[in-house]
Amino acid sequence: MSDTQLAITILWCFIFIYSIAGSIDFGAGFWSMVFSKRNPHAADIANRFLSPSWEVTNVFLVLLVVALVGFFPRAAFVLGTLLLVPVSLVLVLLLFRSAFIVYSYSVQKHEQALRIVSGITGLFIPGLLVSVLPISLGGFIHTEQGFPQLEFGTLLRSATLYAHVGFGILTELFLSALFLSDYGREAGNEQVSQQFRSLAIVLGPLALAMAVLATFTMVPEALWIVARMQEQSVWFLLSVVAFAIGYGALWIRRKDGRKGWPRLAVVMTILQFALASYAYGKAHLPYIVYPDLTVEAGITNHSMFVSLLWGYGFGTVILLPVFVLFWWLFLKDKRYLRTK
Amino acid sequence: MDNVMLARSLFGSSMAFHIIFATLGVGIPFMIVIAEILYQVKKDKDYAMLAKRWTKGLAILLGVAIPSGTLVGVMLSLLWPGFMEIVGQVIALPFQIEIWAFFLEALFMSIYVYAADRLPAAVRILSVVFVAIGSSMSAVLITDAHAWMNTPSGFRLENGQVVDVHPWAAVFNPSLATTAMHVLLSAYMTGAFAVASVAAMKLLKRPHSERERAYHYKSLFLSLFIGGIISLITALSGHETAQMLHAHQPEKLAAAEGLFETQAYAPLSIGGVVDKETRSIKGAIEIPWALSFLAGNRFDTIVKGLNDFPEEEWPPLFVHTLFNLMVGIGMLLILVSVFTVGFRILAKRPYPRWLLYSLLFAGPLSMVGIETGWVFSCTGRQPWTIYHIQKTASAATQAQHLGSLFVLFLGLYAFLLIVTAVVMFYYFKRHPVTFEPVEGRSGEGRSL
Repeated sequence: MSDTQLAITILWCFIFIYSIAGSIDFGAGFWSMVFSKRNPHAADIANRFLSPSWEVTNVFLVLLVVALVGFFPRAAFVLGTLLLVPVSLVLVLLLFRSAFIVYSYSVQKHEQALRIVSGITGLFIPGLLVSVLPISLGGFIHTEQGFPQLEFGTLLRSATLYAHVGFGILTELFLSALFLSDYGREAGNEQVSQQFRSLAIVLGPLALAMAVLATFTMVPEALWIVARMQEQSVWFLLSVVAFAIGYGALWIRRKDGRKGWPRLAVVMTILQFALASYAYGKAHLPYIVYPDLTVEAGITNHSMFVSLLWGYGFGTVILLPVFVLFWWLFLKDKRYLRTK
Repeated sequence: MDNVMLARSLFGSSMAFHIIFATLGVGIPFMIVIAEILYQVKKDKDYAMLAKRWTKGLAILLGVAIPSGTLVGVMLSLLWPGFMEIVGQVIALPFQIEIWAFFLEALFMSIYVYAADRLPAAVRILSVVFVAIGSSMSAVLITDAHAWMNTPSGFRLENGQVVDVHPWAAVFNPSLATTAMHVLLSAYMTGAFAVASVAAMKLLKRPHSERERAYHYKSLFLSLFIGGIISLITALSGHETAQMLHAHQPEKLAAAEGLFETQAYAPLSIGGVVDKETRSIKGAIEIPWALSFLAGNRFDTIVKGLNDFPEEEWPPLFVHTLFNLMVGIGMLLILVSVFTVGFRILAKRPYPRWLLYSLLFAGPLSMVGIETGWVFSCTGRQPWTIYHIQKTASAATQAQHLGSLFVLFLGLYAFLLIVTAVVMFYYFKRHPVTFEPVEGRSGEGRSL
């Protein structure tokens, strides 16, 4: 594997991890808002997951940016100029969201209002992040005095933007509902588990439909990706199969009589995402931003690449036990999951 | 304003905002570790209570520190794409290692707060020690990037292309050790003085019981004791930093001191205004020979003046005032803490109210010192973003809409500063110090 291929593979893995972790995180914040009055137990389960994990999830976002600039410093120039406004908006929302999560834990008096702010802002972050995809596909960029500029007006009037944003929000809600259904069961609260299971049942097909819609609303300049995605149809087909199995698992009756097997559903859905994003990434290559910026043009020098690789390897090995401890304490330990 | 000025204003105000929370995020965990250890050594539950309440305050601060840190990190790429293009090729390592420090801090912070009741005391202390290590490491690593901007190394520029890259040589650039030490110490010092100010405020409100009074006394004494020692060491490390400037960035030192003529036996100028027209400093108190001694530990050290450098490469001359403010505040805080600790030990009387009133300002003043120090270091590097390598103007973004973003973010920062202060105030008002057994740590932690 060349430096470039390895670098984009690692970066794509990080993007994948964050898309899963971020979806669950922001989605859990949203559900905690929705259920805070109507189903306090469900809100409690969402919060129990969210409280210890949101900081850690946030670090994955920083990891993404750092890995991008580290591996593809020459891409930073183009992306920084293009994405200034959408990413700044994400940052504003993120600042609000995190601050208000902590505020809502601290001030009981206005807890409801504070939770609404963190829930709503969190809902839109994945949507906005996904809006980076249509921008990267071309059609919304023109060059001005040698610098690429984003055409906002055109972007805001395009159907594909809204299809992508909708796709981002729906997958976030689907994935988080699925996860919380499993987390609820792990916590021994069947009522909460079933509540989230029924949400996942509604949201799953909607998310899938939105993904298809996002593909078919592409602007003419971006049609190259549709053609290339067709070349990857086997992978996409497999991903649909994974979805079907995961979705079907929601109706599997377990030995103890409980309806649905959310653990299997979560695993299969993550597999579905992995397959689809592999295929999408492969279709997107070699472009970071079509047609001006390729991975080859963006890659860093070899000695920095090697140092970074060592850094990532070393860091992962050191932190792995801590992640395992964290997982055990907050996702496994019954004393944490089942306290009232 | 042109695009470069707008980019600087937006990034500068974002950093100024983030630094408040980041500094406390480094300083307060250090205090928590000390309190946790004192609790184990002295078996005095007041220290456990202190640790617990500081942790709660820290958690609220982190709610802003973490996203605002994410924000400035991403903003670096958005506003300074030309700079990041070189950074990515030369000094990407500290940013990358910093990620692991973030993970360490975030993971153990959750473990310390949410799993404390399920862990033995030793593991609990270990987890807060890791929080402190993680936050200190991230401070050192981000300072590394800053140090590299001042003393770039580990690469060459050939026809505008980065060549001959040695990533580790860039990491261990000449000013890393002095700068990182100074940043770290001043953060610990600010954390301690922030705690001291809170304790002083509580004592001024005339505590309800003798018990509560004793509690706040412990907090005040501990923080001033630590703050005093560390501010002394910070001053020494500041001296090291000045010598580093003398060796590596002479025009910054010259601007800091308003020195125009290159000379041996150079005087140290305190106060006054540096005048560009007459090339002199007006209204300053001059201590003869002192600057030479500071720069090289000898009175005959030759200190370079601004006249030796082309005028278009001078830093803005107001950095002299920033430098004076930073040093002055540092000195004042040393005096105040030494005096108060001495008063406590020698006089063995309660602190007089005027002293408590002046201690109220210790934390905010320390923070002003941090801010002026950072602005001095970054403004004193101008017109360069990477010293003698890249001008700030060629690093900035060409994107539009910077003006409206600047206004948006300024409003946002002002709003969050106010809301955070209000939330802190209400939380601690609704949860006053109570002296029930501290063993129920978990119940409180859960609601966090």
